[in-house]
Amino acid sequence: MDFGGINPVILLASLMVASTPILLAALGEMVTEKSGVLNLGVEGMMITGAVCGFIAAVETGSPTLGFVAAAIGGMALSMLFGLLTQVFLTTQVPAGLALTLMGTGLASLLGQNYVGIKPPSLPDLHVPLLQDIPFIGPVVFQHDAVVYLSLFAVVAVWAFLKYTRAGLVLRAVGENHAAAHALGYKVKLVRFAAIGFGGAMAGLGGAYISLVRVPQWTDGITAGIGWIALAIVVFASWRAGRVLIGAYLFGGITVLQLNLQAAGAKVPVELLSMSPFLATIVVLVVISARRHGGTNAPAMLGRIFHTS
Amino acid sequence: MKRRTLLTAAAAASALTLGLGAPAFAEDPTKVGFIYVGPVGDGGWTYEHDQARLKVEAHFGDKVETMFQESVPEGADAERAITQMALSGADIIFTTSFGYMDPTINVAAKFPNVKFEHATGYKTADNVGVYSARFYEGRAVQGTIAGMMTKTNKVGYIGSFPIPEVIRGINAAYLHAKKVNPDVEFSVVWAYTWFDPAKEADAAQALIDQGADVILQHTDSTAPHAAAQKAGNVITFGQASDMSEYAPMPRVSSIIDNWAPYYIERIQAVMDGTWESDNTWDGIGPGMVGIGEISDAVPEDVKAAALEIKDKIASGEYHPFTGPINKQDGTPWLAEGEVADDGTLAGMNFYVEGLTGEIPQ
Repeated sequence: MDFGGINPVILLASLMVASTPILLAALGEMVTEKSGVLNLGVEGMMITGAVCGFIAAVETGSPTLGFVAAAIGGMALSMLFGLLTQVFLTTQVPAGLALTLMGTGLASLLGQNYVGIKPPSLPDLHVPLLQDIPFIGPVVFQHDAVVYLSLFAVVAVWAFLKYTRAGLVLRAVGENHAAAHALGYKVKLVRFAAIGFGGAMAGLGGAYISLVRVPQWTDGITAGIGWIALAIVVFASWRAGRVLIGAYLFGGITVLQLNLQAAGAKVPVELLSMSPFLATIVVLVVISARRHGGTNAPAMLGRIFHTS
Repeated sequence: MKRRTLLTAAAAASALTLGLGAPAFAEDPTKVGFIYVGPVGDGGWTYEHDQARLKVEAHFGDKVETMFQESVPEGADAERAITQMALSGADIIFTTSFGYMDPTINVAAKFPNVKFEHATGYKTADNVGVYSARFYEGRAVQGTIAGMMTKTNKVGYIGSFPIPEVIRGINAAYLHAKKVNPDVEFSVVWAYTWFDPAKEADAAQALIDQGADVILQHTDSTAPHAAAQKAGNVITFGQASDMSEYAPMPRVSSIIDNWAPYYIERIQAVMDGTWESDNTWDGIGPGMVGIGEISDAVPEDVKAAALEIKDKIASGEYHPFTGPINKQDGTPWLAEGEVADDGTLAGMNFYVEGLTGEIPQ
């Protein structure tokens, strides 16, 4: 089953691992943006989550507690953003950038004593019976719980936004906060919740890098993944399913191109290196352009809501 | 109005204090700036530069004041960062990555009184010196260990950018692995980054998936070691820093950069007013390149062979690029016994014979 020296089973399995951090963070940011808040601090929340998760996992010996701590850490930082933008009504773009700067610095400070330590590893969940299916089994059913959690989250977010009352309220707040306010919905509360969810998901994504994908703590470990997640939300035109496609495309092609290089494929390396960006943008733009003429952005994205 | 009077009075008072206080300082401290490509906690390249900065502080005490900016992207933004440092009164600025070469030269032209030292580049000016270490000497030692220890005869190499420094390392490692193991094959993956732990881990994983059981890296984080550790029977080498937290397995040895003596010497020259633009390129002999302890995971005979080649290089008895060596396309480069000159090495843009793949141009 080898294609050009690459085993597709191994490739697909590592594709899912490589894509999970982006998927988690992008999904959280999508919900935040759906409520009309543009939080550019994804990178900062991810790295804070990465360090909080790492510290908690090392100290308690439990990766599960690590992920819980990561979600709390990411959420705590996002609450700061919420306080700034929802209570003190600062502009969201600089507040988000500041959050990234602060998160990076904070993570570096917290992680000082944790460089070079090996975290406890998260066991792979071997789904009984299903894992024995040839080809698909090892690819899909032998990952750790967080991979499944992220896939479940895609469905959950999609269903939440589409079918639940709370999801409708959240979208209403993002489309027209004045009208939502007039109807008696608590705009700020909804936005705080959305910001918090975004922070928690970014924290989980960060912890997935420091606990599973790399497993170690190093300064600057997220190395710009948060920005990719932000971009994927936009290119996926704020739809959960497309966020999944975007994240898997980006993560997948990143892994694929490294494998192609390692296998000595006769493709120029420059082309391979830019292929994740290129393919993700092209695919998402094409599918977004077909269905809707205009942009699908929440109308109140980045606007300050002022109750008078 | 009142407040303004108060402020003026306060300003005058502080000016007075400063004026009176001034004679207490014999002279202003020499201000030294560092521009880093990664975070100081990367555990590799930038970490070692920062360790050297701390040694500079310890050596000179109150006579120096150091400042640094970390994670400065290579390219246009570097120019802003270097300019900022020059404006804030630095007397000498060390720019510590290859990609800062043109920005350093540009900024230096605007600040003729500030001294600049650019690491691993080749462009100099009246106030710009360059320095680098002969990492390829360390690569020769690594290649020897890699060639003797690989069981699959596949060695993976994570390259950062296709620049001469990295290509030299690949060539040196390959030549010496080949010397002890004629069947050895190298696969090179270009990560196009100096520091991105997740990507470095993925690159290491891809190489391991392809059957490599030795991973050499020219990127700065310890992520490939973590990937190798997870995989089991794969050995790695510390890059720029000892990375001993991964010893004895997977990290079996390392190349350690030791910049402190050079920094201290150059800063002393600035203090004495004797600084001149230079081009320093030191290796194992003078101690700029250190070989980290070879761990117990390495069999005794391999260790002995590695140490022998290290000692021969240190004493100057042996040069890692000694002919006969052909280029990748089979054209002769060095004749029997001929030694590569520094000019060719500094601009090396070709693979030696036996390496597969192409260097991205």
